Amino acid sequence: MKVLIPVKRVVDFNVKVRVKPDGSGVDTANVKMSMNPFDEIAVEEAVRLKEKGIASELVAISCGVAACQETLRTALALGADRAILIETNAELQPLAVAKLLKAIVDKETPQLVILGKQAIDDDSNQTGQMLAALLGWPQATFASKVDIAGGKATVKREVDGGLETVAMVLPAVITTDLRLNEPRYATLPNIMKAKKKPLDVVKPDALGVDVAPRLATLKVVEPPKRKGGGKVADVKELVAKLRSEAKVIS
Amino acid sequence: MSILVVAEHDHSTLKSATLHAVAACGKLGGDIHLLVAGHNARGAAEAPQLAGQLAENVAALIVNIAGPYSHIVLPATGFGKNIAPRVAASLDVAQVSDIMSVESPDTFIRPIYAGNAFATVQSKDAKKVITVRTTAFDAVVPEGGHAAIEDVAAPPGFEGIELLGQELTKSDRPELTSARIIISGGRGLQKGENFKMLEALADKLNAAIGASRAAVDAGFVPNDYQVGQTGKIVAPDLYIAVGISGAIQHLAGMKDSKVIVAINKDPEAPIFQIADYGLVGDLFEIVPALTAELSST
Repeated sequence: MKVLIPVKRVVDFNVKVRVKPDGSGVDTANVKMSMNPFDEIAVEEAVRLKEKGIASELVAISCGVAACQETLRTALALGADRAILIETNAELQPLAVAKLLKAIVDKETPQLVILGKQAIDDDSNQTGQMLAALLGWPQATFASKVDIAGGKATVKREVDGGLETVAMVLPAVITTDLRLNEPRYATLPNIMKAKKKPLDVVKPDALGVDVAPRLATLKVVEPPKRKGGGKVADVKELVAKLRSEAKVIS
Repeated sequence: MSILVVAEHDHSTLKSATLHAVAACGKLGGDIHLLVAGHNARGAAEAPQLAGQLAENVAALIVNIAGPYSHIVLPATGFGKNIAPRVAASLDVAQVSDIMSVESPDTFIRPIYAGNAFATVQSKDAKKVITVRTTAFDAVVPEGGHAAIEDVAAPPGFEGIELLGQELTKSDRPELTSARIIISGGRGLQKGENFKMLEALADKLNAAIGASRAAVDAGFVPNDYQVGQTGKIVAPDLYIAVGISGAIQHLAGMKDSKVIVAINKDPEAPIFQIADYGLVGDLFEIVPALTAELSST
């Protein structure tokens, strides 16, 4: 079974982003970039499927600027077999990414696409569901446990009230949540080996996909600052202030 | 212009998230139609294949009836996030996720980078598919009930998926996303058993219990307790953070709370920077003392 793993290059989760003074966006120049943490979980899950003999080939795929090759090399170092970069300098929104991924799925015909539930930069939480819709495939979003057997994927999903289990006939799309697994680190020998693994580059035009953005970002601003930092000495003072000053308890 | 709101419900009552989504539509202007897709739910769309509210089936139904609507609106909850993008892609339109404000019928403000920036975005599509950050809009009051109820036919069930079961957390406490007071525990609680201490305090305050990602990852409490960027977004009147250091991913889920109390032994913990009332000390002494103080006076 072939598995496709879309991965996104994002500002590292430890970086405190700054809004550009002209309000055009967030400053990403000279900022540490990493693989979206939810996509790391997807790569790990795919690698485990291969280690169990369920998956035969893992194809990592990324959409964006040339530097996304680094993200793909990370995926290769973690265990992906080969990689595809859909290279463009254009701004890519989730619908465009889903269309690009569909074009690759049509060529590669994987049985499973597994990706992060959300990217930590735009926080959209859309791409996996959109891809499933375009393909007419079932989807299991926010996965916390995945079992694959007999052409079916049984997935435990994190829902607002707890957990839910669905069984899907493959091919299908799965999006990962935090508790699915704990991703491994790439070892140095694997990082070296990853440099020799195949990485193909294609352009959106070659796939016949129009990636023009549908949403225009008019401005980006800093959120209002919260005034905090107040301290109380003890429990008595806390309760008194919550009652008389904040008036949030009676 | 008319707006379709997709109701989140449990087949008998509307979830409060729906009331917040309807409130956002009030700012858009136009007629509001509510789609209740379910089974044995005296609603508009009624079919056995809608019982599990699987995205495949609910989205197909929405797409079927989308024709006349300018806006299709869902709450940005697990329910809405699962379904909305499927609808948007099927209609070949962008989705605007997690809106916090309606600037005009095509322009919205939404948080990006865990709420560390707010983007104003304009949709160029003829139809807008939107999910609404429920904490950003005050719930409408359900009253009147004069609207006409119309039945719509559900498309046949999607073949490739089946709901096998649900394990929902049972609790007599208020729901996290609609509670007036929330007490959240973090890694500082050290083990799941210690959440009992928070429960005693929550009983006094009729509060919901939440948790940081660290506490959920460590297995102290179930996943549905998680407050944060990728968990639940909450904005209660009072949020008491116990043993939570305050990673930006956690702050993203609770910093719009009206009043924030932080209890932590580390005076440098980032949570204190956004807390209205910080109390530095050992939570294992402070929490029982707080419960006792609330009982005695």
